[in-house]
Amino acid sequence: MTESTYRIQGGTGEWEVVIGLEVHAQVTSQSKLFSGAATAFGAEPNSQVSLIDAAMPGMLPVPNAECIRQAVRTGMAINAPINRWSRFDRKNYFYADLPQGYQISQLYHPLVGEGSIEIEPEGAEPKTIGIERIHVEQDAGKLMHDQHPTRSYVDLNRSGVALMEIVSKPDMRSPAEAGAYVKKLRSILRYVGSCDGNMEQGSMRADVNVSVRKPGDPFGTRTETKNVNSIRFVMATIEIEARRQVDLIEDGGTVVQETRLFDPDGNGGKGVTRSMRSKEDAHDYRYFPDPDLLPLELDEAFLEEARASLPELPDAKRKRYEGDLGLTAYNADVLTADVETARWFEAMLAEGAAPKPASNWVTSELFGALNRLGKDIGESPVSPKQAAELNKLVADGTLSGTLAKQVFEVMLETGDDPAKIVEERGLRQTSDTGAIEAEIAKVMDANPDKVAEYRGGKDKLFGFFVGQTMRAMAGKANPAVVNELLKKALDV
Amino acid sequence: MTDLTNLGIADIRDGVAAGTFSAREVASAFNAAVAKGKPLNAWLVETPDHALAAADAADAARASGDLKPLSGVPLGIKDLFCTKGVETTAASGILKGFVPQYESTITSKLFGAGAGMLGKLNMDQFAMGSSNETSAFGNVISPWKRNDGGNAALAPGGSSGGSSAAVSARMAPGVTGTDTGGSIRQPAAFTGISGIKPTYGRCSRWGVVAFASSLDQAGPMAKDVRDCAIMLEAMSGFDPKDATSLDLPVPAWEKRLSGDLKGKRVGIPREYRVDNMPAEIEALWEQGIAWAKDAGAEIVEVSLPHTKYALPTYYIIAPAEASSNLARYDGVRYGLRDLPDGANLQEMYAATRADGFGAEVKRRIMIGTYVLSAGFYDAYFTKAQKVRSLIVRDFEQAFEKCDVLLTPTAPSAAFGLGEKAADPIAMYLNDVFTVPSSLAGLPAMSVPGGLDGQGLPLGLQIIGRPLDEQGVLNAGLAIEERAGFTARPGAWW
Repeated sequence: MTESTYRIQGGTGEWEVVIGLEVHAQVTSQSKLFSGAATAFGAEPNSQVSLIDAAMPGMLPVPNAECIRQAVRTGMAINAPINRWSRFDRKNYFYADLPQGYQISQLYHPLVGEGSIEIEPEGAEPKTIGIERIHVEQDAGKLMHDQHPTRSYVDLNRSGVALMEIVSKPDMRSPAEAGAYVKKLRSILRYVGSCDGNMEQGSMRADVNVSVRKPGDPFGTRTETKNVNSIRFVMATIEIEARRQVDLIEDGGTVVQETRLFDPDGNGGKGVTRSMRSKEDAHDYRYFPDPDLLPLELDEAFLEEARASLPELPDAKRKRYEGDLGLTAYNADVLTADVETARWFEAMLAEGAAPKPASNWVTSELFGALNRLGKDIGESPVSPKQAAELNKLVADGTLSGTLAKQVFEVMLETGDDPAKIVEERGLRQTSDTGAIEAEIAKVMDANPDKVAEYRGGKDKLFGFFVGQTMRAMAGKANPAVVNELLKKALDV
Repeated sequence: MTDLTNLGIADIRDGVAAGTFSAREVASAFNAAVAKGKPLNAWLVETPDHALAAADAADAARASGDLKPLSGVPLGIKDLFCTKGVETTAASGILKGFVPQYESTITSKLFGAGAGMLGKLNMDQFAMGSSNETSAFGNVISPWKRNDGGNAALAPGGSSGGSSAAVSARMAPGVTGTDTGGSIRQPAAFTGISGIKPTYGRCSRWGVVAFASSLDQAGPMAKDVRDCAIMLEAMSGFDPKDATSLDLPVPAWEKRLSGDLKGKRVGIPREYRVDNMPAEIEALWEQGIAWAKDAGAEIVEVSLPHTKYALPTYYIIAPAEASSNLARYDGVRYGLRDLPDGANLQEMYAATRADGFGAEVKRRIMIGTYVLSAGFYDAYFTKAQKVRSLIVRDFEQAFEKCDVLLTPTAPSAAFGLGEKAADPIAMYLNDVFTVPSSLAGLPAMSVPGGLDGQGLPLGLQIIGRPLDEQGVLNAGLAIEERAGFTARPGAWW
């Protein structure tokens, strides 16, 4: 399967979808882009508002170096050139959530130039998606319409929070590609630490540009669906909006360039996009350079520090896991997709766990347990150090795989160290041949018919004897020793 | 004892330090002058208690040998400066009743230096105007009268017209002004006082209600050059809260004042000889040149070829910035809110802004919105930015040949109130000599040069290189020493 095969089936034939995304990512920082107010999520309305954020008379913006640094690091992570000279512009419009009457943004001279990221959509070939630019801008406040029957209230906590607007090229051709792009972008942002990528809390949201065309034709007219706040919704928006456009065109209509909204509950819960405003009543934003701010000039030392502070990024890490650590492609992919997982895994290695078995253990045992508990890796009841110890107990033969599972269950419940559990509960694996041989003899004595069948050629019964012996040993026998002794006893 | 209100800043500072009089006596005298000066409508808010409290602190400081640079000096504060707990309106209805919970950097510095506040000074609304007639609270009347017996009420200049009237009427020894295109210098010239706009970035804009951010600059207005130097030192300095503030030490301007211009070259820009310049202005300029020569300066003719484009450039850039800066006055968070029955958000905006802004402010918001709008942006705003660069370059080239420039401050003496109110272009022409140096961010000051035939003051302007306030002040002092300007309006009010 290749990237170009996603098609909308219309009455007049197949249609191709062209997608570009503008992702707004909230910069991780203690304070806002141009003020000292805090940025924590979920605070009491209007408790994180400075005089600047409220646009009191005579207040002035002062750029927050940390926000600029984070955007610079993000640009470096997508291999984009950092513009040593950039500038802030004002985007003018009136709305109650915009105290200044303008948003400070960067239209003419963005901080970050062209870059790209690699995506691997499910079931399709890897693909490079171009990024047009990244610029830094202020977020607006929030209107609350549910506080009073006839009035709206304004919460300015978000007003002035730093956002990176990451503008892709129209390089995506399917919902899956768009989904993979957002996922990958979020992964990179989280690695870099420039955005927590939390879409539920609004730290990341996408404006989805969609147009359709017959394959090979020039681009069609696009619509922009604003503020889509999950990967699932991004994919749904594309599917629904592309279908709408195809139906519209095939019914003799024309797509108008407009801003739309995605309503996941519309159309009987199937989701629908609705027109927000058309080009005719689009704002004239009257962009012009913000005279309160000097151009942003970055020196070499600043850029050098930003570059040096970049962590190993997901693509490089995955290659290293596969190449240097010898992990399977699947494990390398899963372990590097999210920075928290990779950090957890690497902490385990740092505690002396062997990479390959550790990678299998994390992707099967740990993920399985966390899934059951409904926790993410940051909330794991077992620490990387404890996990490494557990893995080491398997490696040195103290625990069998089965015993290790039992010990892990106890660890999840009690939070105790594996050595302590092994000691207290006597879960140590035994390779005592005398004891094992004694149990084998008992099992054979109790099942003469099975012994005869086995010896008569029913090889599959070997597993039965292993199981019986292990049960008799309360699961603590070393399976390799059991296998060996059983073979000796049965194959006479 | 002489009337304390005749004293300037240096006199008061020195007198308080010497114990010749107490700071309380000074504050009381000026408080009384402010109260008596009501007919001039120069003050929007009077704060006698503030002035007295600072005076008492100054008297105590003297007792403990702890005097500060402005201890005992009561000042008037232009209403563009936000003052904590004291209503600040920028003379606009849209901010009526607005009481800031913060103190502008400039007023903080002045109060920190020991100064007290006599009150908030009337001005053109949002500093837009040259006559003080755009104030929402009635125009200031100049203390000056023509000697024709006609008793016409004259404009004190603008936008810092309350400021200029307060000093010339001896209601304050010094005041703050702000200058975007001449708003310190033109009113200073109209009222026979001195005022300096320092290099853009010397004085913090934090807490100053914005008109045009790339041009706005605060500065002092006072009786003479020395007083301006003293006040400017207290007002200047880096402010991390203003991204356009200059991170430079503040020179000791007062200490280095010298009216000796030996070795200095004074440039005379030929393009400032505009058509229809009144002969009296021309004559004053010639007189200024003679005084500069007398002070030891060499006179050189220089050219500022893009001068004629400065006014149109200014009237694109300043309104453009203003149209955006004034968007925050929307009735949502503070100030006036006009919410007609059943109005939606857009209608509330429209009603509030229609009601709250005066005609001149609306005119400039509309001009600014127009020049920034799609389709016109390049033709107006981008072009104006380019011309601004050329004007900056004009000055750079001129300053290769001279140290300071000498020009008239305004093309006329004070005009009568109402005379130009109906013709905005005629009003804008008042700024023809002051606007170019504003566009270039240069330090410039006006000092009184003499009186015209009707007995009204005329000012001379000195423009300096970036950061060379010292050169400007010294040239100003040289002229002041030779002009011997002592005229002052009689107290008819």
